[in-house]
Amino acid sequence: MSDLNTFRQETRAWLNENCPASCQGDDNILPDILWGGRRQKIDEPDVQLWMDRLVAQGWTIPGWPKEYGGGGLSDDESKVLAEEMSAIGTHSPLYSFGISMLGPALLEYATEEQKREHLPRIASGEIRWCQGYSEPGSGSDLASLQCKAVKDGDDYVVTGQKVWTSTADVSDWIFCLVRTDSDAPKHEGISFLLIDMESEGVSARPIVLLSGASPFCETFFDGVRVPIANRVHEENKGWSVAKALLLHERTMLAGGPGRASTGDQKRTLLQVARDSMNAPTGPLPDKAVRAEIAQTEMDQMCYAATLQKVQDAAKAGKGMGPEGSMFKLYLSELGQRSADLRQRLNGADGLIWDGDEFHPEAKESTREWLYSRASTILGGTSEIQLNIITKRVLGLPE
Amino acid sequence: MTLILNEEQELLRDSAKSFVDDQWQLNQLRANRASPKSGTIDTGLWQQMVELGWAAIPFPEEFGGLGLGYAELGIVMEEAGRKLLISPLLSSVVLSGSAIELAGNNDQKTEHLPKICDGSGLYAMAYQETSRHEPENVHAALTKSDGGYQLSGHKQLVINGGSANHLVVVCRSSGDAGDRDGLSLVLVNSSAAGVSIANNLLLDSTPSANITFTDVPISPEDILGEIGNAADVLDEVYARAAIALSADMLGGIQSAFEMTLEYLKVREQFGAKIGTFQGLKHRAGRWFCEVELSRAIVLKALRSIDSGSSNLARVSNACKARCTATYQLSGKEGIQMHGGIGVTDEHDIGLYFKRARVTEILLGDTSFHTDQVLRTSQVAY
Ligand SMILES: Cc1cc2nc3c(=O)[nH]c(=O)nc-3n(C[C@H](O)[C@H](O)[C@H](O)COP(=O)(O)OP(=O)(O)OC[C@H]3O[C@@H](n4cnc5c(N)ncnc54)[C@H](O)[C@@H]3O)c2cc1C
Repeated sequence: MSDLNTFRQETRAWLNENCPASCQGDDNILPDILWGGRRQKIDEPDVQLWMDRLVAQGWTIPGWPKEYGGGGLSDDESKVLAEEMSAIGTHSPLYSFGISMLGPALLEYATEEQKREHLPRIASGEIRWCQGYSEPGSGSDLASLQCKAVKDGDDYVVTGQKVWTSTADVSDWIFCLVRTDSDAPKHEGISFLLIDMESEGVSARPIVLLSGASPFCETFFDGVRVPIANRVHEENKGWSVAKALLLHERTMLAGGPGRASTGDQKRTLLQVARDSMNAPTGPLPDKAVRAEIAQTEMDQMCYAATLQKVQDAAKAGKGMGPEGSMFKLYLSELGQRSADLRQRLNGADGLIWDGDEFHPEAKESTREWLYSRASTILGGTSEIQLNIITKRVLGLPE
Repeated sequence: MTLILNEEQELLRDSAKSFVDDQWQLNQLRANRASPKSGTIDTGLWQQMVELGWAAIPFPEEFGGLGLGYAELGIVMEEAGRKLLISPLLSSVVLSGSAIELAGNNDQKTEHLPKICDGSGLYAMAYQETSRHEPENVHAALTKSDGGYQLSGHKQLVINGGSANHLVVVCRSSGDAGDRDGLSLVLVNSSAAGVSIANNLLLDSTPSANITFTDVPISPEDILGEIGNAADVLDEVYARAAIALSADMLGGIQSAFEMTLEYLKVREQFGAKIGTFQGLKHRAGRWFCEVELSRAIVLKALRSIDSGSSNLARVSNACKARCTATYQLSGKEGIQMHGGIGVTDEHDIGLYFKRARVTEILLGDTSFHTDQVLRTSQVAY
């Protein structure tokens, strides 16, 4: 305990000395998330300075071992660090698929050499990763994937197509599932490859979403040469890595930054309703709307309690396991419900796609509402989460 | 505040579970229908529960209690709820006990709390007057008479009112029905002149009384707390009771779910276990999520009582509303997934369906709690 106190004192002193004043407090200049990667530019010198210092200290990912670019902190120490950061209103903005998904899978499955090559560059934000799992013919039935890798000397030659590859156009590397044995049962012929997006033959074409944003791409591999040394885990055993990674993905989708909060917009749902009904005080005139808002609030309380319970269980050494599917399922649907309600409450303002004559928040909430439809599809659809829950948690027969 | 059980709490759960399994049969609920107007409960069974310390759990040691909290009482209530056990835990310990503990003076606590803890007194709380839970809609009148007061009015849905020897009565000393000001709490001996008790059996075999008070003399020593000023205490009493009842509901929810899950794994149709049909599977998966959410909010809410949370009212609203919805779902899906056997009196699943409706109406249904939440919604949480 006293060790932890010492650590707290030291941490406080370090933050005091190293965190620029502009990166502290309620109106700090830090972005919520910096995704990293070679294409990322940081305009503010203070943000760059803060990032450099965090990276040098290993505190972008405090829990990873020091030799891989982390801080080597225990869970308790990581918690103290988070508390001390939040006490002065700062955070480490670096967040990425590398941190939340690939890193943990590499720690479990990669060779020492692979870890030393890739983990530090994730921790420093130098390399941004994207996920090449889905294909046009293989979505929920991911294991049916066809993108092919054939051995040739020291390389694999990769040919095929991925789709829905989030951020492929702005990422530096891609972790990919490829077929290395077409004759084996579908789960047993898949390997896990790390591919540099600058390799000859890789191309990515953005796809536009309903919301007008373009977060993902079609990604093509045309005879791309990938060193065999870039295969994680054994040949044809890639499915184990893929599954471990999906578990991290669901955990992230259930509680990671930028996703968990359905209430990070400026106005509360009640306020949106008040504004649009012109009812600044007193009970809302529409009773049905009152009930919907209250229901959303209560659901959020229940969800927060559920998340807390799992986190408490994790602290006590009881892992999350397939229950992660429950969080993914519930949070994505709760987020959808509240995004839908918010957009609907905006009324006519919410219908405007472009122009000036509407509430400044309405446009954003409309975009979020459109994007929210994706949340029950990406990372495994709600139906697939239900398949997982009923099989692995409830043990229902197949 | 952590939402997982510690070692002592796990032990308490195990012992509560084996007690309920050994001493209580669901069939008792069917048997109770033979004497609908007796109003009695199995006092021998209650005495055994008292001996295990259950009635003393949440009270301070100076008043004969164990000095534990609702986190612990909730464990016992959840285990009791699994088997739909009928006991005065809610009426005597939670409702009446909280009213006395929160509103009573030292003399009143010294006199009554030890009786609740050692089982020598059975208490029930008479609060509801209309068909819905409306905490301020109180007409029962407390008026001055020479040397003291007298009480007149009518109460319904007094759980275990027929077996109680003491009644905690919510009444009005001033103002009109619907006002917060003027609510008062008094203690009445159930054998006092002017108290008339009509016993009923609820559809889940819980004994419940309708009670009429006619010019019942009340001495100043029997008034709990400041006269006319009971509204805040009542808020807290109802919040606690809604949460404790939710723990009981959580037990029933799990039983109904587990019973049905088991059936999905054994019942065969079309040459396959019915649990292989995705139409049922996915519903079971969603049901499971609701059970887990209910469990988490119950754990959170119980601990919010113990920590004196300023957010207690809202947490209790979210908790009771969620458990109500989940219990309804459990009763309905439970029956549907059992098919024909599910609508027979012989099968247990229907007992849970019935209990779900009783617990829904008690202390406010989902609409009530939803409405409460929005009333306080301006306060950010
Ligand atoms: C915004 C977004 C970002 C994404 N990012 C990435 C990424 O970075 N990398 C990547 O690899 N992929 C990504 N994806 C792809 C995502 O993982 C797939 O879209 C998803 O797995 C579903 O596959 P599908 O689109 O082919 O739908 P399908 O699998 O064709 O599903 C169609 C419908 O059938 C249902 N269905 C399918 N199988 C079953 C079953 N067994 N039982 C019941 N119902 C079933 C589905 O639930 C769905 O409703 C992203 C998707 C979105 C929307």
